[in-house]
Amino acid sequence: MSTEHKNVTQTPLLKILVLWMGCNLNHGKGSSVPQFCNSPTVIVMVGLPARGKTYISKKLTRYLNWIGVPTKVFNVGQYRREAVKTYKNFEFFKSDNEEAMRIRKACASAALKDVAAYFTKEHGQVAVFDATNTTRERRAVINSFAKERGYKVFFIESICDDPEIITENIKQVKFGSPDYIDRDIEEAMTDFVQRIECYKASYTSIDDEKDRKLSYIKIFDVGSRYLVNQVQDHIQSRIVYYLMNIHVTPRSIYLSRHGESELNLLGRIGGDSGLSPRGLKYADALAVFIRGQQIKDLKVWTSHMKRTIQTAEALGVQYEQWKALNEIDAGVCEELTYEEIQENFPEEFAIRDQEKYRYRYPKGESYEDLVHRLEPVIMELERQENVLVICHQAIMRCLIAYFLDKPADELPYLRCPLHTVLKLTPVAYGCKVESFFLNIEAVNTHREKPTNITISRKSDEALQTVPKHN
Amino acid sequence: MSSTQRDSGASTNSTEAKKTDPRWNEKKCSWASYMTNSPTMIVMIGLPARGKTYMSKKLTRYLNWIGVPTKVFNLGVYRREAVRAYKSYNFFRHDNEEAMKIRKQCALVALQDVRVYLTEEGGQIAVFDATNTTRDRRDLIQAFVKENGFKVFFVESVCDDPDVIAANILEVKVSSPDYPEKHRERVMEDFLKRIECYKVTYQLLDPDDYDKDLSFIKVINVGQRFLVNRVQDYIQSKIVYYLMNIHVHSHSIYLCRHGESNHNVEGRIGGDSELSPRGKQFAHALRDFIDEHKLSDLKVWTSQLRRTIQTAEELGVPYEQWKILNEIDAGVCEEMTYQMIQDSFPEEFALRDQDKYHYRYPGGESYQDLVQRLEPVIMELERQGNVLVICHQAVMRCLLAYFLDKGADDLPYVKCPLHTVLKLTPVAYGCKVEMFYLNVEAVNTHRDRPLARTGGSCLSPCAKESTLMTAKKLVAVFASE
Repeated sequence: MSTEHKNVTQTPLLKILVLWMGCNLNHGKGSSVPQFCNSPTVIVMVGLPARGKTYISKKLTRYLNWIGVPTKVFNVGQYRREAVKTYKNFEFFKSDNEEAMRIRKACASAALKDVAAYFTKEHGQVAVFDATNTTRERRAVINSFAKERGYKVFFIESICDDPEIITENIKQVKFGSPDYIDRDIEEAMTDFVQRIECYKASYTSIDDEKDRKLSYIKIFDVGSRYLVNQVQDHIQSRIVYYLMNIHVTPRSIYLSRHGESELNLLGRIGGDSGLSPRGLKYADALAVFIRGQQIKDLKVWTSHMKRTIQTAEALGVQYEQWKALNEIDAGVCEELTYEEIQENFPEEFAIRDQEKYRYRYPKGESYEDLVHRLEPVIMELERQENVLVICHQAIMRCLIAYFLDKPADELPYLRCPLHTVLKLTPVAYGCKVESFFLNIEAVNTHREKPTNITISRKSDEALQTVPKHN
Repeated sequence: MSSTQRDSGASTNSTEAKKTDPRWNEKKCSWASYMTNSPTMIVMIGLPARGKTYMSKKLTRYLNWIGVPTKVFNLGVYRREAVRAYKSYNFFRHDNEEAMKIRKQCALVALQDVRVYLTEEGGQIAVFDATNTTRDRRDLIQAFVKENGFKVFFVESVCDDPDVIAANILEVKVSSPDYPEKHRERVMEDFLKRIECYKVTYQLLDPDDYDKDLSFIKVINVGQRFLVNRVQDYIQSKIVYYLMNIHVHSHSIYLCRHGESNHNVEGRIGGDSELSPRGKQFAHALRDFIDEHKLSDLKVWTSQLRRTIQTAEELGVPYEQWKILNEIDAGVCEEMTYQMIQDSFPEEFALRDQDKYHYRYPGGESYQDLVQRLEPVIMELERQGNVLVICHQAVMRCLLAYFLDKGADDLPYVKCPLHTVLKLTPVAYGCKVEMFYLNVEAVNTHRDRPLARTGGSCLSPCAKESTLMTAKKLVAVFASE
């Protein structure tokens, strides 16, 4: 131990405290919640075609990336499409088709190789191996591959025998697949059904006895039942919780900011002001719009701040307040204009432009903090059906980034103008977005990244992109 | 139509407005409580010594902590009241008609109490802790639940590992009121025969046929495997998540505050000041404490405020920073002394003393907000092994309240003195607490509950006086049963 006393100092970007001499932080990100991943994890999907494996893979990956765990999907079907340029018909998948079997095995190996590269060279934490993996043999290969390299393995098996669900799946995603793009729908359906039969013959489900040392979750009938075995660590526990909360019932999520506020008009950030006259008009227009949409059992959520509550009041329905939906805390910059921030904290202002996602206001929050704060909101949005969320600019950016899979560097610059409702409807593997501007003028509060983001920049360069205000 | 939430806190500035605001006067329940819409009955299922009571009590403690009023109804307690002296396992034979009558009667009485709790006493969740191993009994419960419009969620504990069962019996049954003589071998023998009585008529939940429409979780071999069927709502989802994260491996959790800070010395609350010289001494003493206790694989967690990090730095081991372990945000009162708060915001000061748990500082947080913020920490503490959490007064009160089952009234007044480490070790149905004062003096930052309801608020903790014991180690053992 050194004789001089160690001083802690705050890093300028994240406002994280580190040792002055040398750094004790082994978490490069220094985010608001410790990252609990040490070994990389391979998630292995298991199941017949049209059981939702790719749907789950993509959704899970989107969620993990959003909460800050670098994750990537490795879809073996894509490797196969690259190896075999044109797909003819289901005969490719017959178990006695030796040449095809060789190709398919090679594709799986290529994908596994890429998984290893993702972990070692690209700093990935989780890889989702999206393929049928329906034989014990194939699963054993993957397991050994992982064990040899010290990766953890978690299996997700989707089991479903309901013909209606399977047909619906096929319609929603298979007809748009590159394999069937020029086919007649009925022809495609017949071919796909026979493709499934090819797999059925050799399908062995994960065995609850023989495989009791493996870590896995079995999902039955799109989530009516789950079997969870040997969860090893924090990330697997979070994955299980997420999978148990998502559903596929059709619904829509409406996102909107509060109506224009008094502080908006003055170009001031944060605070807790009421609505401006135009903001009040918006609240009424929102009520008309929502009634027009004729939404079944709509839930309405607001933050604890006056401006969202006032907006919700005009709807004349019950609403629920979430503190977690409060706008980003701008700390010492609360209620200042950008001009005042530039005058009083020019360095902070520049650092924020350099890395807006991770930048934390002094005594305030960062976008990264927001994402962690919003995670329970996302989880509950997944559980719910039709919901209208009335929130704030930074909050809405975080929520949209989750639904539309926007990465951290784009998130803080997503456009969320006032007086505009976004309607998100999950469809196939993604989300349909419809934007409704309710025809009531409002100030623009969107500040683009200026050209000069160096600390030495001049005032007018810093204020280049500030939107007009009173 | 008005909002259904309370806590107007941040939105209105004057306390006058706050009092007349209808939302202020409504029941201030937590988010979790709000999201639990129907009263729910959790029904435990399993042979004796399968951890039903352990799970019932732990789950109840967790649900109450997150603000969902929950109570356990243990059938054994009712039975012991009906049949004063327990003689032997023969009471539990399924061909013992008289005993069967008594046992059924007890169940009916317990269900009546459940109904009263859920409909008249403000309860939201009732945990029915009994074996409930026959379909008959479960059908009876389901009829009751349907009649009253409650939801029902079953938790079945299945275990075939004889070592686990034997360990359970030794840990909790030997000290049960049924076995006052505590002669281990005889207790074990009688209890094993008792289990055999139940085995004869045990009908497991059948997810493929008879019970496929029920909502339940089967916990298999102490959490190695789970079968989850038809989770209906938010609170059932949280219950499942909680049960999947708890474990029974022995471990200890160490809680302490940062060393004395400069603000502490000045009597200021909040802020982000550095350690005082005595605080630095404490950090050294903490390092010695850890070495002494030879804790293997100890994880160390701090907040992201200077004073906890400086404390951890002295330990010379890796540590993790959690923003959510930061001290309660005192909003406009940050960095003031209690005298300054009394001078600048006398009404706020009085309001806080009236309901310290729900009171939210203007622009800041309440203890209730803290609990919600700390939930991921609790969940992770349940998953982990040995952990040392270096945090702050209000935060430590919330964490302690979870482990020691303190209600909202007591939580804000739990004593968490500086320079004192609390060691919590799960034991039987509760938590053993050992308190270690590390012999470095510090100011007292504790403000007691004021005696009078109006005015007469006690302003300052005994500022310069050290009221801590000089003995190095004080051992206090409480079981929270």
